[in-house]
Amino acid sequence: MKRLIAASILLLGPALASTPSFAEEGAKLESAGIDLTDKPSLQRGAKYFVNYCMGCHSLKYMRWNRMAEDIGIGQTDLRKNLIFTGAKPGDLMTNAMRPEDGTKWFGTAVPDLTLVTRWRSPDWVYTYLKSFYLDDTRPWGVNNLVFPKVGMPDVLAPLQGEQKAIFGKPEEPGAAPPIERLEPVKAGTLNAEQYDAMVRDITNFLTYVGEPIRMERRHIGIYVLIFIAVFFVLAYLLKKEYWKDVH
Amino acid sequence: MSTETTTTGFIGWIDQRFPLTKVWNEHLAQYYAPKNFDSWYYFGSLAMIVLVMQIITGVFLAMSYKPSATDAFASVEYIMRDVNWGWLIRYMHSTGASAFFILIYLHMFRALMYGSYRKPRELLWIIGVIIYLSMMATAFFGYLLPWGQMSYWGAQVIVNLFSAVPIIGDDLSVWVRGDYVISDVTLNRFFAFHFLLPFIMAALVFLHIVALHKVGSNNPDGIEIKEKKDEQGIPLDGIPFHPYYTVKDLVGVAGFLALFSYVVFFWPNVGGFFLESANFQPANPLQTPLHIAPVWYFTPFYAILRAVPPLFDSQFPGVIAMFASILIFFFVPWLDRSPVKSIRYKGIISKVALGAFAVTFLVLGWIGTQPPEPILTNLARVLTVVYFAFFLLMPFYSKLDKTKPVPERVTP
Repeated sequence: MKRLIAASILLLGPALASTPSFAEEGAKLESAGIDLTDKPSLQRGAKYFVNYCMGCHSLKYMRWNRMAEDIGIGQTDLRKNLIFTGAKPGDLMTNAMRPEDGTKWFGTAVPDLTLVTRWRSPDWVYTYLKSFYLDDTRPWGVNNLVFPKVGMPDVLAPLQGEQKAIFGKPEEPGAAPPIERLEPVKAGTLNAEQYDAMVRDITNFLTYVGEPIRMERRHIGIYVLIFIAVFFVLAYLLKKEYWKDVH
Repeated sequence: MSTETTTTGFIGWIDQRFPLTKVWNEHLAQYYAPKNFDSWYYFGSLAMIVLVMQIITGVFLAMSYKPSATDAFASVEYIMRDVNWGWLIRYMHSTGASAFFILIYLHMFRALMYGSYRKPRELLWIIGVIIYLSMMATAFFGYLLPWGQMSYWGAQVIVNLFSAVPIIGDDLSVWVRGDYVISDVTLNRFFAFHFLLPFIMAALVFLHIVALHKVGSNNPDGIEIKEKKDEQGIPLDGIPFHPYYTVKDLVGVAGFLALFSYVVFFWPNVGGFFLESANFQPANPLQTPLHIAPVWYFTPFYAILRAVPPLFDSQFPGVIAMFASILIFFFVPWLDRSPVKSIRYKGIISKVALGAFAVTFLVLGWIGTQPPEPILTNLARVLTVVYFAFFLLMPFYSKLDKTKPVPERVTP
């Protein structure tokens, strides 16, 4: 019980700001520049995600067929080119990875990514995928600017190539030098422009998955607002008519 | 003013068995409200509509929601994705919670401005404060249900406040949780209370209106329209609530729905204020989020809690201050000693005090959303003093203040 009290005081008190183990660098995020109406981009994003990410990361709140229908992939294509596991189109987009596998291999359970763009942000995901750099002190030899001490290996390195960190001057003597920028050291199979486009497609797809109804709700919203505007005018005229005799 | 029924036909049949026409007349068609209501008078009826909407959307959400630690988070996403129109019902409910608090805060501010809590409306005000308290409880219980990170840790922090109570604190917090940590047991009981409380609130709203119709509505001039009646006993400055205020409130409803729908359809997160982004991560008892902040409608009180320094390593003084900052509303009818009710006829001190209070409330609310920093904590301390001074010094400044003469009849 004492620990709980101590914990709550810790949470409530100013000590909150100084829990270094969860502190994240305020790295600058790049704008993802995604477009949810761009169906080819969403389809490419789905393809990349299934090929490069889904071995470890599930989308366990999303159903295959809903995803396919929304972004314009036919049932045959879905079964042939996206579902590698024998899952049925009506199934959730899970994978075979168990949480304990993640803990064993990467030191932490691998997060489900259905809602990643909602608790991070699309810009965060976009920047994250571009910000791996070589770091010998990490188990997988890489670290990440927006997610320091990340457990994930740089899966897209064969495409992007490898980057190293260029350090600036430390703010005070003895302090760790800040990272100024990342510089490519080894080319991948894609050039920078192609890689950015690919990462943008993945971010676009994950943003769609975060809230599949987003485009439709905006579309419906316009009609709702038009209806309410008409209702407002009629209500106002009615009120004016009745209130004529109030002096 | 006859309330005897002389109806015939179907209504007559009912009236002989149930006071339908009598109630209709007493509370709508022959309930005389002051004719000078301004825009501040929309919020009561709007809040009532939002309560009904919350109950209806809530019942439908409960049909697909699963109050269990293993399934709750997934069931919310199931509602958002697989249930037909589930996303709309859920967004209406989440937006409705914030909208309810916005409306009630404006409704309370109206009462503070026009002295709607003054004699003979003390009980009306007290019932209102009880409604506000039950709203806060309902919102607190409801926020745990999505079982996201902020649901979990927010509840953890708030329930731990009980353990700051000397001697019985530990046992008390375990009793509230039903466990040593927030768990499936806690989720189940919070769900039960979240479902029950709104119906109690509806009953309280009924009492609120019964009390209102007994004493009659106040108005922006803060004068009693019942004191000037014509030969039939109808207040000279009164107009029947129906149809005049029913059609006027209809305009308010349309205006409110436009704003409400804009949020629901175009901006349901409201930048993390209505739906906190950390809550899109499932609850993880082993990982404390970097920054725990309650939803915006609790943040003024949360800022007060954090502002009060601990005593002998105990957060108890802060907890007392937080609860006091809410409960102090009960005493407002007896703290105000001004000879006039409405801010229109009060002097400069009362106007400055109310303005300072409003600004204090908003700034404290903002501080409550921020991670604690020394400069903000110090600012929160100053504002906490201002917050309490508004109430505790009211008996003095309201009496000292120079007032303007109050008109005989309401002004347009």
